[in-house]
Amino acid sequence: MQAASNASKMIYLLRLGDSALVLSQRISELCGKGPALEEDLALANTALDLLGQARLWLSYAGEIEGDGRDEDALAFLRSDREFHNLLIVEQLNGNYAGTIMRQFLFDAWHTLALAQLTQSSDPRICEIAQKSQKEVTYHLRRSSDLIVRMGDGTEVSHALTQAALDQLWPFTGEMFTGDAIDEEMTAAGVGFDPAQLKQTWQTYIDQVFTVATLQLPRQDAWMQKGGKQGVHSEHLSYLLAEMQVLHRAHPGAKW
Amino acid sequence: MTTKNLPLWEVFIRSQHGLAHKHVGSLHAADAEMAMNNARDVYTRRNEGVSIWVVPSASIVASSPDDKEPLFDPANSKVYRHPTFFPMPDEVKHI
Repeated sequence: MQAASNASKMIYLLRLGDSALVLSQRISELCGKGPALEEDLALANTALDLLGQARLWLSYAGEIEGDGRDEDALAFLRSDREFHNLLIVEQLNGNYAGTIMRQFLFDAWHTLALAQLTQSSDPRICEIAQKSQKEVTYHLRRSSDLIVRMGDGTEVSHALTQAALDQLWPFTGEMFTGDAIDEEMTAAGVGFDPAQLKQTWQTYIDQVFTVATLQLPRQDAWMQKGGKQGVHSEHLSYLLAEMQVLHRAHPGAKW
Repeated sequence: MTTKNLPLWEVFIRSQHGLAHKHVGSLHAADAEMAMNNARDVYTRRNEGVSIWVVPSASIVASSPDDKEPLFDPANSKVYRHPTFFPMPDEVKHI
């Protein structure tokens, strides 16, 4: 087994941390604006879970880098090209069907990815994955439940949920596309081959969509990519501007 | 989405083993599964519980405030019904 280089490992950790952080920030935009009190609190809970996970991944990324950057420096002082999150998490909330569909597609991948990482040769990665797994298992349970309710709900909710699925579908390919860093991490036993998750993910979402009476988009559809490598959609820099403005204006500000 | 047409549920949480479930509040949900998820998200965010019960509010039969006198007043002057006349061992908890 080949040892992984620290530079690659740091990027690998940033990918995990940034996806959690950006999705957390996105859902947080709805705090206080949820469609019902119960949904509002549930979304805020999910956002906080993801924020906690992001902190763990980013802190470790900073330690591996060894340049003295902590979680705050990594979260608040990088520009969009230096973020390595999946493109799907930075997509706009849209209507509630869009918010939940994005969550569902990501949660279904996230649970599988974390399950793989609990087998990592790096004990720290194992620990973070194990802790996160419990939270994410609940996220998936909840988003699956809502997808079925909205898909198999009224004519309007069905149409909106189907439209959200069609719109977000091109962003799912990236979750299963590996690159040199994935290969290096897999070879070192630190990470996993993303392509391996595809079949299990597909089977799960197929099951849920069948009950939800949703039509799966074409399997050979064209897929977006680039987020993991730092090439993002225009939405990310606006999100970062809002997230980072306070820290950039008042470095080290505390509540 | 609106909760206007969703039925109301009462939520009971057991905070630790050995204790009884305690009423903590209510919420709106379409069915039992959704009520359970919502109860988890609304009422157990700060590590409050080890078990949740959700009950449709419509299933609860409540005594009427008008019945207060016949139901409760007769118990007023019967101190001898309270178990206060014998010592309780320290080991016995949650009574």
